[in-house]
Amino acid sequence: MGRFWSILFLLVPVLGVLTFVLAINEVGPFYRHWLPVNINDHGGIIDSLFMFILYLTGVIFVATGLVLFWFLWKYDVAKNRAPVKFSHGSHTLEVIWSILPAATLLFIAIYQMNAWADAKLRRPLLSTGPDKTAGTRDDVVQPPLVEVTARQFEWRIRYAGSDGQIGTPDDVYTVNDLHIPVDEEVVLQLKSMDVLHSFFLPHMRVKQDAVPGMKQFLWFRANRTGTYDLVCAELCGWGHYKMRGRLYVESRQQFDKWLKEKFQEQEQTELKGPPAESAE
Amino acid sequence: MSGTTVDSHQSAADHAHGHAHSGSHSGIGHFLNTYVFSRDHKIIGLQFLFSTLLWFLVGGLLALGIRWQVAFPWKTMPVIGPALFSAEGGQISPEFYTTLVTMHATVMIFFVIIPILAGAFGNYLIPLMIGADDMAFPVLNMLSYWFMWPAFICIGSAFFQQPYGAGAGWTSYPPLSAIPEAAPASATAQTMWLIGITFVGVSSMMGSVNYLTTIIQMRAPGMTMFRLPLTIWAMFITAILQAFALPVLTAAGFMQVTDRLLGTGFFLPEGLSVNNAEPVSGGGQPLLWQHLFWFYSHPAVYIMILPAMGMVSDIIACFSRKPIFGYKPMVYSISGIAGLGFIVWGHHMFVSGMHPMLGMTFMVATMMIALPSAVKVFNWLGTIWGGKIQFTTPMLFSLSFVSMFIIGGLSGIFMAATPVDIFIHDTYYIVAHFHYVLFAGTAMGVFGAIYFWYPKMFGRMMNEFWGKWHFFLTFVFLNGTFFLMHVLGAVGFPRRLADPYEYDIFRPLQPMNQFITICAIGMVASQVIFAANFFLSMFFGSRVGRNPWNANSLEWMAPSPPGHGNFDFQPVVYRGPYEYGSPEVDIDYYPQTMPPPAGVSPIAGNRGAH
Repeated sequence: MGRFWSILFLLVPVLGVLTFVLAINEVGPFYRHWLPVNINDHGGIIDSLFMFILYLTGVIFVATGLVLFWFLWKYDVAKNRAPVKFSHGSHTLEVIWSILPAATLLFIAIYQMNAWADAKLRRPLLSTGPDKTAGTRDDVVQPPLVEVTARQFEWRIRYAGSDGQIGTPDDVYTVNDLHIPVDEEVVLQLKSMDVLHSFFLPHMRVKQDAVPGMKQFLWFRANRTGTYDLVCAELCGWGHYKMRGRLYVESRQQFDKWLKEKFQEQEQTELKGPPAESAE
Repeated sequence: MSGTTVDSHQSAADHAHGHAHSGSHSGIGHFLNTYVFSRDHKIIGLQFLFSTLLWFLVGGLLALGIRWQVAFPWKTMPVIGPALFSAEGGQISPEFYTTLVTMHATVMIFFVIIPILAGAFGNYLIPLMIGADDMAFPVLNMLSYWFMWPAFICIGSAFFQQPYGAGAGWTSYPPLSAIPEAAPASATAQTMWLIGITFVGVSSMMGSVNYLTTIIQMRAPGMTMFRLPLTIWAMFITAILQAFALPVLTAAGFMQVTDRLLGTGFFLPEGLSVNNAEPVSGGGQPLLWQHLFWFYSHPAVYIMILPAMGMVSDIIACFSRKPIFGYKPMVYSISGIAGLGFIVWGHHMFVSGMHPMLGMTFMVATMMIALPSAVKVFNWLGTIWGGKIQFTTPMLFSLSFVSMFIIGGLSGIFMAATPVDIFIHDTYYIVAHFHYVLFAGTAMGVFGAIYFWYPKMFGRMMNEFWGKWHFFLTFVFLNGTFFLMHVLGAVGFPRRLADPYEYDIFRPLQPMNQFITICAIGMVASQVIFAANFFLSMFFGSRVGRNPWNANSLEWMAPSPPGHGNFDFQPVVYRGPYEYGSPEVDIDYYPQTMPPPAGVSPIAGNRGAH
């Protein structure tokens, strides 16, 4: 039976690699079973890191799987006539297989730091201030275009309006519909009214928990127009699954037009008063 | 070092078989003292084993509930649907789904994995493998089991309160968990959940103090620290982790209880109002809970794997008929995992709103913790190299531990890379990762350990034929279930969604989810073979002597099953536990208690002591 079990363990790397090959190429039942289209200029680096780690770990996965198979095949008690290699270990080998992974892991750790800083630390700047160097105290950061406030179970969205400032009378309000202009750096301010939520745009490779009492900033630069899903990725109560928003990426003209229309619509509703009152 | 064991051995030998045959102590009091409120570490270990295996069944069925809903959302859930939701036509409520995911994880982590490793195997094996007659504190040991019962009752009672369980996730993140109005499942059930978890903590604390004392104080003559089997090393380090990390969780749990009941607001910011409830007084921070919770729960991840690693090491050496490769590097890597394990908790919080600079430091520590894990894998491969591999059931489970732990370990690197984690955080990628570590790793290791030590526990073998069928089916179905979850994760498929197909992007994933559910049903169904084998072998298994596997460590020198006091002789240890195939002796094993043959200078045998 040793042969049978060895082959069973060989199937792990074989079928494992096959699964990923089928998924990456979206073959047959794996259609649309891989990373969704990336529409964020800052998201490509995340995809390439993902693929880099996938290939690196894939090599180790296959290598260790093959070694395991080969040892099981070769040293099966039913077949192996050679005496047991009575060994307590090898100092040299231990040193080699400590240093090699350590160096690799440290390399990955340092290599990805830049991508992390781009995603979470280096908020887009309006200008670098009087000293003309980025990363100093005089930097003027780009103000948020839109504020998203999560609550059970919807996304309340507020646009800066024509004055470019959130919290002024010309703000525009929507629920669950997030419109943004294409090919522009967009800064988004994220808050929560009640419990934890997580603002997840799979096509943008953007995710950030919304925490009550905290204000978070996100930024991205969409490069493709269209309609995409906005997902809540943190358990927020019974209606978590239906806390679905939509992301509309539009040209600047379309966006401005939409914003203006929305503002006018809003003004009219306000003049008329809430519908429930007017009915009385 | 081991005065206690020496003194007590005369009496231990006297009643080695005493309690089983003695007619003079018959009566209900005797039965209660021997089998219920027993202070014998072996009975306590078996009590833990039976309790956790029963909860394993509960946790597995809860998992099927989750899988059913993800594959066939809002279709009548078999059994549960008609029983609890007949008014809705058997369609479960969305809040019940949140309680399913919460209770599945809670049961599996707090009632199965932690107590089966430390409680069942720790209790059973520690005194036997170090050559002691019992634990250092037998009464404390008994209490550590009986403190599980308030936890069973508290969390079990949560199942009977609408909506049939706590529902804030096993991580119980406030404000959802801390404000009773936040969700139906955040009402009384959540308070019971928190109290239950506190009792589990108290139980583990009593256990860990006992294990530490016993391992330090009660080793047999000649049993130096570096002659301990790796199982014991792993239990030792695990006990240290528990002793240092648990107080933090207990404190945090009390803080959340007072937030809920007294309005203390440790975890709630000012003015917060959930679901139109009264605004809270606040002054707290939701992230504080996450820090405190993960300060325990990340080391707990290692509490959930290190003992399995230790047991698997012993099993692999025994069935390769070869010394463990790199004993000391194995010990150091267990210690390294434990040490680093205390400074990586922030990797659960990369997108939580924690400062991104702090995320970078946690990322580096997290990357480095993969190193000792890699060293362990290489040493296991080194152990089977050049051996004579016997494909017994325990060996198959242990080999699958290695094979599967490679997958679980490597997939962890994706999450450790902070930019990648932004995308795959809280998706099925992480679900695949921790199930590869905890089910395909730990649970398979535990199965191996049950098959391996069963003859010691009950004096009879488990059936090998059915054991191999159990292994084969579990192995195939578990990969069918968990491997494809990596693919779901790559799409960004989030966990804990009652109906993921509301989203356009996830709609094409339903057929794959249905396939996964079928595999999960197969996996749970395969455990029937195990259950039947486990119980029937107690009565019909072939009887064995002391050492059916020709192993070296001390427990195999005691009778099977060992009587009260464990050994019928005073064990004296001459060497480490892994001297299989030693040229010093003619047999292919060399028990720790066997004196070296005359004229042989015990160089190889003493190697473990240096």
